[in-house]
Amino acid sequence: MDATILGAAVINGLLLGGSYALVAVGLTLIYGVLHIINFAHGSMLMLAMYGVYFLLVKAQVDPYAAIPLMVVVMYAAGYGMYRALIGRFSHGKDENILLITLGLSIVLENIALFFFTGDSRNITVSYSDRMIELGPSLVPLPKLVSFGASLLLCAALAWFIARTDTGRAIRAVAKERHGARLVGIDVEKILAVSYGIGIACLGAAACLLVPMFYVAPTVGHLFVIVAFTIVVLGGMGSFLGALVGALLIGLTESLSGLFLGEALGQIGISLIFILILLFRPTGLFGGGR
Amino acid sequence: MSAWRVPVALLAVALAYPLVFRTNFAINFGVLVLFFAVIGQAWNIAGGFAGQLSFGHAVFFGTGAYCSTILHVKLGINPWLGLWASAAAGALVGAFIAALSFRFGLKGSYFALITLAFAEAFRILTNAVEFTGGGLGLLIPLKRSAANFQFPERIGFYYTILALAALSIAIALWLKRSRFGARLAAIRENEDAARALGIDTFREKVKIMALSGALCAAGGTFYAQYFLYIDPVVVFGADKSVEMLLVSMIGGTGTVYGPLIGAFLLTLVGEGTRALTNAQGLSLIIYGGLLIVIIAFLPNGLIDLFKLRWGRRRA
Repeated sequence: MDATILGAAVINGLLLGGSYALVAVGLTLIYGVLHIINFAHGSMLMLAMYGVYFLLVKAQVDPYAAIPLMVVVMYAAGYGMYRALIGRFSHGKDENILLITLGLSIVLENIALFFFTGDSRNITVSYSDRMIELGPSLVPLPKLVSFGASLLLCAALAWFIARTDTGRAIRAVAKERHGARLVGIDVEKILAVSYGIGIACLGAAACLLVPMFYVAPTVGHLFVIVAFTIVVLGGMGSFLGALVGALLIGLTESLSGLFLGEALGQIGISLIFILILLFRPTGLFGGGR
Repeated sequence: MSAWRVPVALLAVALAYPLVFRTNFAINFGVLVLFFAVIGQAWNIAGGFAGQLSFGHAVFFGTGAYCSTILHVKLGINPWLGLWASAAAGALVGAFIAALSFRFGLKGSYFALITLAFAEAFRILTNAVEFTGGGLGLLIPLKRSAANFQFPERIGFYYTILALAALSIAIALWLKRSRFGARLAAIRENEDAARALGIDTFREKVKIMALSGALCAAGGTFYAQYFLYIDPVVVFGADKSVEMLLVSMIGGTGTVYGPLIGAFLLTLVGEGTRALTNAQGLSLIIYGGLLIVIIAFLPNGLIDLFKLRWGRRRA
């Protein structure tokens, strides 16, 4: 095996992992606090990507410039969704939350299919094809930017959760819901806030993904199973775990693609998912529950 | 005797239906209802009766579809024999996934995720290997004859899937009354307590997953023979798994007739919206919305509406 090809595959895998981390951090936050698997995660990402797409096409807003706006909009969407649907209709049962988010994802995806058709859309911005030389390989600029941004996002979230009052309240609710209520925390509000923050991450992710990825109603599928894998691998609820897990999964995908071929290569992720679920379901960085 | 009134009446209606409504549209409608009822019930006996929530039942469906089709297309084995081979393969895959997951103590959302992972692994594998036709899928050559499981008239398909649907409901009825079913209900309600009572929970769960896998795989063979074409995304895709779950959840999970009700509604909404508009997606918007409404207001599924009307029947 040629070292240059291998080196290029490693770099490519790490960058890919950076993109996955963008999607996985929000998911791991939601899991860590609400203890549910958010099935609507992929379709919320998809909606955010359409938002970024239309902002560029209709209003000429650069995707990177749209980050603050998208974060706020997606936060509001997530918060509202939790308050209006998930929290209210789940009757306090985890399975119901799971099924409501599943129902939401079906509805959102098919609304997109209905209004935007199944065509995939691409955008080009001035920097789409800018290449940066990185060791043995040429890397498109948007990939590098999204990689850097994913590190920043994980760090920012970790800081927010560790240092702010809201972060402390979120941790309290995640650990001990009844105890949190007893010390005067508005638990329902904190759950909605956590869900909102998890979805807000997708706003940022969408802005960073659109310059290098197509947009289609089913685009969320590409990320969501991978994101589940990352969240389980990293340890549900751990930001560092999500980041490390994402990089590992990116590497796995890239290297198994190199060794097994494009089509069979994808199986690496499923196999890791199965092995992690069997042998270490708490993940690499997750504490026992 | 009264316990038999509902299934016998349903069977009589189902037997007479294609003789009364003879159009291709009506018979196709009936086939689809019964087909979804079969795979919905397959999901329901594991997910509802035994409480083992699965997000990857497509793994069994696809196994069945590919097993009989490969036997038929590549080895020339009659699909009627293939149906049995498929059911056996489905049972085997079900027992294997269950034994592996339950041996390692997976439950709840972790079990749901591992079934999803297996369905994905199977999809990628069939997509990548040449033996299964790869991403192009497999086409079953047209040779219309009942002996070939390709009925010249749709009504033949109708009675075939009716037999499977009747079998699936018979299994569900049996689970409601048998000791095996009672043990599964105990596992669903409180697994630790069930074990404390001396139930071999591991064995019971593996058994029900094998049964569920077999039924689901038989549905897969029927699908392949009815549409004469399968590909990895259609039979192993997450959409198939979700369809089965929806049919059961919306109709009433853990009930005997819930999947039938859910299947009827799924087909009605699907065919109804297709008649109204060419745009894709509308039927699933309605169906997804319905799922949310049902969880919000009718947590036991649509079957609750029937129970409210005839509430005096035993619960």
